[in-house]
Formats: sequence, structure tokens, C-alpha cells
Amino acid sequence: MGRYVVRRLLQMIPVFVGSTFLIFFMVYALGDPVAALFGDKAPDPATAARIRSELYLDAPLWKQYLHYMGQILTGDFGTAFTGQPVLELMADAFPVTLRLTIVAVCFEILFGITLGLLGGLRRGRGTDTTVLLLTLVVVSVPTFVSGYVLQYLFGVKWGLVSPSVSPYATFDELMLPGLVLALTSLAYVTRLTRTSVAENSRADYLRTAVAKGLPRHRVVTRHLLRNSLIPVVTFIGTDIGALMGGAIVTERIFNIHGVGYQLYQGILRQNSPTVVGFVTVLVLVFLLANLLVDLLYAVLDPRIRHA
Amino acid sequence: MTTTTAPLLDVRDLHVEFHTRDGVAKAVNGVSYTVEAGRTLAVLGESGSGKSVTAQAVMGILDTPPGRITAGQVLFRGQDLLTMGEEHRRRLRGAKLAMIFQDALSALNPVMTVGAQLGEMYEVHQGMSRSDARARAVQLMDRVRIPAAKQRAGDYPHQFSGGMRQRIMIAMAVALEPDLIIADEPTTALDVTVQAQVMDLLAELRREYATGLVLITHDLGVVADVADHIAVMYAGRVMESAPVAELYARPAHPYTRGLLDSIPRLDRKGRELYAIKGLPPSLTAVPPGCPFNPRCPMAQDICRTDRPPLHPAGPGRVSACHFWKETLEGSAR
Amino acid sequence: MPEQPAAHDPGADTAVGPAAGGAMAVATDDAGTLQRSLDQGPVPGGPGSGKARSLWSDAWHDLRRNPVFVASALVIAFLLLIAVWPQSIAPGNPLSCDLAMAQDGPSPGHPFGFDTQGCDVYTRTVHGARASITVGLCATAGAALLGSVLGGLAGYYGGWWDALLSRLADVFFGIPVILGGLVFLSVVTSDTVWPVVGFIVLLGWPQISRIARGAVVGAKQHDYVQAARSLGAGHTRLLLRHIAPNAVAPVIVVATIALGTYIALEATLSFIGVGLRPPTVSWGIDISNASTQIRNAPHMLLWPAGALSITVLSFIMLGDAVRDALDPKLR
Repeated sequence: MGRYVVRRLLQMIPVFVGSTFLIFFMVYALGDPVAALFGDKAPDPATAARIRSELYLDAPLWKQYLHYMGQILTGDFGTAFTGQPVLELMADAFPVTLRLTIVAVCFEILFGITLGLLGGLRRGRGTDTTVLLLTLVVVSVPTFVSGYVLQYLFGVKWGLVSPSVSPYATFDELMLPGLVLALTSLAYVTRLTRTSVAENSRADYLRTAVAKGLPRHRVVTRHLLRNSLIPVVTFIGTDIGALMGGAIVTERIFNIHGVGYQLYQGILRQNSPTVVGFVTVLVLVFLLANLLVDLLYAVLDPRIRHA
Repeated sequence: MTTTTAPLLDVRDLHVEFHTRDGVAKAVNGVSYTVEAGRTLAVLGESGSGKSVTAQAVMGILDTPPGRITAGQVLFRGQDLLTMGEEHRRRLRGAKLAMIFQDALSALNPVMTVGAQLGEMYEVHQGMSRSDARARAVQLMDRVRIPAAKQRAGDYPHQFSGGMRQRIMIAMAVALEPDLIIADEPTTALDVTVQAQVMDLLAELRREYATGLVLITHDLGVVADVADHIAVMYAGRVMESAPVAELYARPAHPYTRGLLDSIPRLDRKGRELYAIKGLPPSLTAVPPGCPFNPRCPMAQDICRTDRPPLHPAGPGRVSACHFWKETLEGSAR
Repeated sequence: MPEQPAAHDPGADTAVGPAAGGAMAVATDDAGTLQRSLDQGPVPGGPGSGKARSLWSDAWHDLRRNPVFVASALVIAFLLLIAVWPQSIAPGNPLSCDLAMAQDGPSPGHPFGFDTQGCDVYTRTVHGARASITVGLCATAGAALLGSVLGGLAGYYGGWWDALLSRLADVFFGIPVILGGLVFLSVVTSDTVWPVVGFIVLLGWPQISRIARGAVVGAKQHDYVQAARSLGAGHTRLLLRHIAPNAVAPVIVVATIALGTYIALEATLSFIGVGLRPPTVSWGIDISNASTQIRNAPHMLLWPAGALSITVLSFIMLGDAVRDALDPKLR
């Protein structure tokens, strides 16, 4: 087990370096951060050169990258061109997005697993077909469409919730945005649970459980669910990273000042340190979530643990 | 009351169908057999002969759909399992009639320790506490001679060898000392060297608890040592049913004779081995008349048109052959 | 190794990629399952079914009778038709707009009304199909080609090439889709669809390559492949004649479903403002414009959003139906 963790950690390093370098390359090599500073005006060449040198932008790209990563490791994410430390922006933005993600994950677990279990147990019947069709529709309607529609219906037409979120972004304000963020994954969790339950309910060991004379609820909870939820739990774990990164659309619809909002501003203003900093942290979150999932997998499935 | 005279298990005219894309497969087509308390019935047949499906119907673990029991009775101590309430039937399962599966690796829950899977029997049927149940589970593992049972109770199925896993399956089956055990090819998945050990253990425990046993197999060799009675199945029907010694000595059905002749025998060394020609029929298109007629060396016109009834062919034996008498006489060696 | 449990590789089941907002890589849920059951070969329909039929003709036999498949195939055929000849049902020019008509409701000859710029919503909705379908088809073709070649080779040769490719795929998986799109596409300025296509291929191929790799590893272990190898078949012959035909099914299924999600992704990127740009006619752009006016002119949102959703739905349902038909175990 210990060796497994170490191996996974080692495998993460090149992936982390690769992903962040890719982003770094796109922002610093394909864009021109200094030109962006001056907006529409053509920069004075001497000033531009001075800024370049100050910001370490005159070195070769790989050196810039190493310099940047070195700073990050000491906790210095640099300063946005506005003069605000990127770390400060993060401290404001990440808790908001984290709360949004938590709400979304709760929706996934609550509704996704319940609906999937219902469908999987009643395979081919009315409930199952309805749930399946519903998930397909949800998957097909892009988040930005469903987001606006739900915002319009709940926020404007019926006035059940406030259509936009205050800067405090409390949990109750985030219920509707959380649902919107979760929708696609929710449908996916439902389908995954259904497939898994249906597959496992034909497994030999389930037949054994019935042959042992166990009551139905025990067959379902102890034997069927315990096995069926392994892929579902791992999916939800992986999804945490993806949700945080994908929150950008939802945050835009509901005007939530989270990670997506900051990133969007950063990109619009070509605020390179902001963009690279935020994306680096998101990549890190994503990779750590994946690592946790792998460990969780080993805990849930003894066959992996002892392999 | 009927219970005093009724046999332990009495399967009567059981029909099971499967709905497949190729049509309706008649997997079990009027099977009848009985098992007396404490006795062993071997159900012999090729794959697809309906022997396992019959067992699943008896245990109530048939996959429905696609399977469906269309007719028949399964009397356990005189009570019809097919018509009794589900809760009543559940209490019998595991406690009064238990099953051993062929592939223990897939039949055991991969994410539960074997101790928990064994202990579950006591928790559910006897209301034992988890720790008491666990202690009983360890005793049980000891009983089926699993070394270091106490430590190994916390292991998962995939950590055991094939033979050890099958011992755990056997332990699970005898846990509540049932009246009847159905063993579905319990040794087929094992190495030859382990097969005998597992079979011996099963026979020993069966004797100890005086349990009735239905042993499903396609291996004639296994049968001779342990069974009292044999039912030979083909295409979802019983072809012949007889006490072991008599069936081996004088088969009353050409199919049985073909099976026996296809076993290599030391006293016939050097001679060409017999093989039944052709293949078993598709269950969606069983030929009319006797299902064995296209492959039977003795087939006449009547075999292609009339389904043979079960003819009494001696004390305690029946044969589904129009020419059982001729077969029986021809079989005398 | 019959005793090896099927779900050994945690990656196989968690290979979902950055999904969430952009709905990329949505429906891989059963791909692993499909692979596992394809490995076991077609299960005959019950005990002792007589006729031997191939996986594909079997699947086709099922599909023709599946109303979901027929319906989605018809919708897709229609979409392809209007993508190629939009003039046939919408002869107007989607770019000729009259500000005087801005946000007007339906009127004769303009059944869907007008948008904020006074463009005819019906004409724009019909003409928007071309961009979506082009991006979807090209991105899927690119990702499927790149992914199955790289993944197939990795699965076949294994070793360091496999390890390298897996890490490379992880690198692309590690980048959240929409963020990556935002960063990558904001620095590229082009009026064509190609940057968007290129970006989707770049982040889409790892998903296909994982599926292809798994399929090839599975097919490689089949006895007849081992037999062909022992008979002296070369690498090319083994790969093309024996392994590829078996690995193609799961790739096709995943690619069909991916096509739908790629179309949704393109719309999402266009919505954020980094995907397709005017004057390209795109549902994503129209939805983005309409979304700000949802309170006073919901009809502007309804039509492009509906067209987009139906397109995505059709491809996903098609992929779903094909998967069910190819997967004997889920029947």
C-alpha cells in the first residue's frame, strides 16, 4: 500500500510539470503579457524592455517556467499586473468555488445514486426508462442553456431564489448554481450507478447472497450497493477537480466571484500571473483528487489493495 | 400429514423457459426427480441439458427474466416451494436447503471478508451478534480444514487458492446444517489433484450431518463413488433414472450407454474409444419425438414422432426410451 | 489468467476526464463494461443457441428494430442535409439583418422571430447547423484517428512507449477543458473553425486512446491472436487483420457519443466568447446573445438552444443504441 502511494505520487510529478508547462507556454509564449499592459497604445520599447527584465520575461521560456515554479514552491504566486498579490485573489475566490463544488457534489450523491439505484433495480421498466431518458436530455442540454433557463424560472419567473449570488456566496445562495453545475455529472452518476447496479445484480455472488436466504434489503445494501458504488465513488472523486475547473460557466451565469470569474477576468485583461497561478492550483487540485480517488479505490476494492 | 412420508425433495414435471432473441428456449422440459433424506442424487448431463437450471429453480435463484417457470412443482418435505410466500421461502434458503456453486471466486463477494460472509448466515438466520457469528465462522473454517482459520477469516476470497475457496463455499453450505445441499459442479473448476480432496470433504460432511445431496455433474467418474441414485438429463429432460450400481451395470437408455462407452477403460486398452455422434440439439429447436433421436444408434420411426414416456425399467428405475427393454438386454455384459 | 479480477486498472473506470461544465467525455460509463464483455465474445442468446452470427450483423439486426436508433439516425441525417444545403429550407441570408426588427416576435415568413440585431432567428438557426456539425465531425475524426493510433500502438507494444503515452494522456487530462479552451483559444484569433477543432482534438484524443489501448490489450490476449503470432504473422498483419477489427467497436461507440459532447463543447466555448466568432453563424454565439435578453425575448434562446440540444441528444442516443447493440451482456 505504501509503495503504491509513493508510485502514484511519483507518477504525478511529470503530469503536473507537463500540464502546467503547457498552460505556461500558452499564456507566456503565445500571448504577449507586456503588450497587454499597455492596452491599445503601442508601448515605448525601452519601457517594455525594462518591464520584461523586471518580470523575468526576457529569459528563455523554460527558465521562466523554472523561475516561476520556484517561486510557487515558496508560496509566492506573483502579483497580478493590477498590483494585487495573486495569492490574495485566490484566498477570495477558492473558498467560494469550493462551496459551490461541495453543493454540486452533494446533489450528485443524493440524486445521482438514488435515481441510478432505482433504475438499476427496475431495469427495463417504466421508472428505469424515464430516468434514462431524463439523464440523456440533461446531458444534451449544455450547462449554459440549462443554467439560464433555471435561473429564469426559479429566480425571475417564480421568484423562489435570488437570480444572482451576493459576494458572500453563502451555501443557501449556492443551491441553484450548485444544481446547475452538478446537472451533467448528476446525469452521469445516475447512468453509472444504474449500469453498475444492473451489472452487479447479475453477478454470481449476488445469486449466492440470495441462496444464503438473506433478506432483500440486506442483499441490496450489503452486497449489491457495496460493490456497485466502487466506480461511482471513484467517479465523484475525480469529478471534484473537474467541477472546480468547469465552474466557470456557472459562475458567469450567476455572477459568482469564484475561481472562474477571476480567471475570466485574468484572461480578458491578459493578466498572466493570475491565469497561470489559478490554473496551476486547479491542476494540482485535479491531480490530488485523482490520487485520492486511486487510494479510495484501493480501500474500497480489496482486490486492488492486495495486488 | 404428508410430511412423514414425503421425500425430502420431490421435483415434479418442472418446465423452465428462457426468452432469448432466437426464440423461446425450453431449458427444462418436464423434469421429475426425488431425493430421499440423507441420500445422494447425482444429476448427470452435458452443458445445456438443463441440470443447473433445474437446480436454480429449486433454490429460487433463477434469473427472471429471461427465465420463467411455466409448470411443475418443487416439493420440499411435501411443501411446494414454488407457491409458498417469498418470506417463508427465504427462511428455508440457506437454513434448510443450501447450494454450492461451481466457481467459488465469482460466487463469493469480492469485497467482503470470508469471515463476514460465513458469519452472515448466523446473523441473519439465528440472530447472532456479529462477534459470536464471527467466532462460529472461524469454527466452520476449521471444520473444513482451512489452515490458520482464525487469521484467514479476515482475508478476502481472491487471497485464497481455488481449493480453499471451494472449502469456504462448502462451509457456507453446511453452516446451518441444512437438510439438503445442491452442489452444482462443485469440483469442475478445480485442479484434478484438489478435486478429490474437496469431494471427500463434501462426502464426509454430508455423512456427518446426514444431509441429502443433489450433485450436479458431467463427470461420470465422480458419481460412482458418492451417489446412491443417478438421473441422466438430456435437452431439458430426464432420460434415465436408476440406482448407481444398476445404471452402470446395465443402462436402460442408449444415451446413458453412449456416455458410459465413451469413458476410457483400462480393460479395453487399445480399442478405439466410443463417441456419441452429433451435437446436442439447440433448446429453441428440440426435435419432435425423442430429443436424442438424431444421434441415437437405435432410433426407429416412432422415435422421430412420439415422445417416449418414462417407462418403469425395474425397481427404482425409469427410462425415457421406446426401446428400453432392448437396450437393457443389449447392455448385459 | 482466469482468476484475475476484471476491474484491475483503476484508470479504466475513472477515465472520465475533465467533464463538468463543458460536458466533454460524458458517457464513457459503459465503455469499460463493453470492453470486458466483448472480450468474452458474443454470448449466445441462451443455452445452446444454434446459429453463429457475427457481432456486427447481430448488432445491425438489433439496431434496425430499435426505435431510438432509427429516430436519432433520421434526425442526424436531416441535420447533415441542412448542414450541407441550408439554403434548401432557409433561403434567406443569415447575415442580413434589420435593426428595425430587433427582438420582434414571430411574423409571417419569420416563424421564429428576430434577435437583438434584427436577424431572422429561423434562418440563423438552420444555418448554424453547419458550424456545429463541421466542428463535431472534424474534431471527432481527428481525436478518434489520433487516439486510436496512439492508444492502439501503446496497447500493442506496451513497455516504455505505453508508459510515455499514458503520462502524456494524463497531462492533457490534467487540464480542465473549459479553462484550457479559454487560455488556448484566447491567444489564437481566427475566423475559421480550425482552432476550435484543433483544441478539441488536442484535449479529446486521450479519452479515445485509453479506450483503444484497453481494447487492443484485451484483443491481444485472445487465443486466435496468440495462434496467429505463433504461426509467424508480422506486426502489421496482426494489428490490422486480427486486432483492429476487435478493438474498433468500443472506439466507434465512444467516438459517436463524444461527437455529441464535442458539439456541446464548441457551443460552450463560443458562449464564453473564445470559440467560433462572428461572422460565423453558430448556435453557441446566438445562445450567448440571447441569454442576456431571456427576460424580454425568450424565443431568441429557445430555437438555437433547442436545435443544439436535439443535435447533441441525437448523437448521444445513437452512440448509446450502438453500444447496447454491441454489448451482448447488457441485453
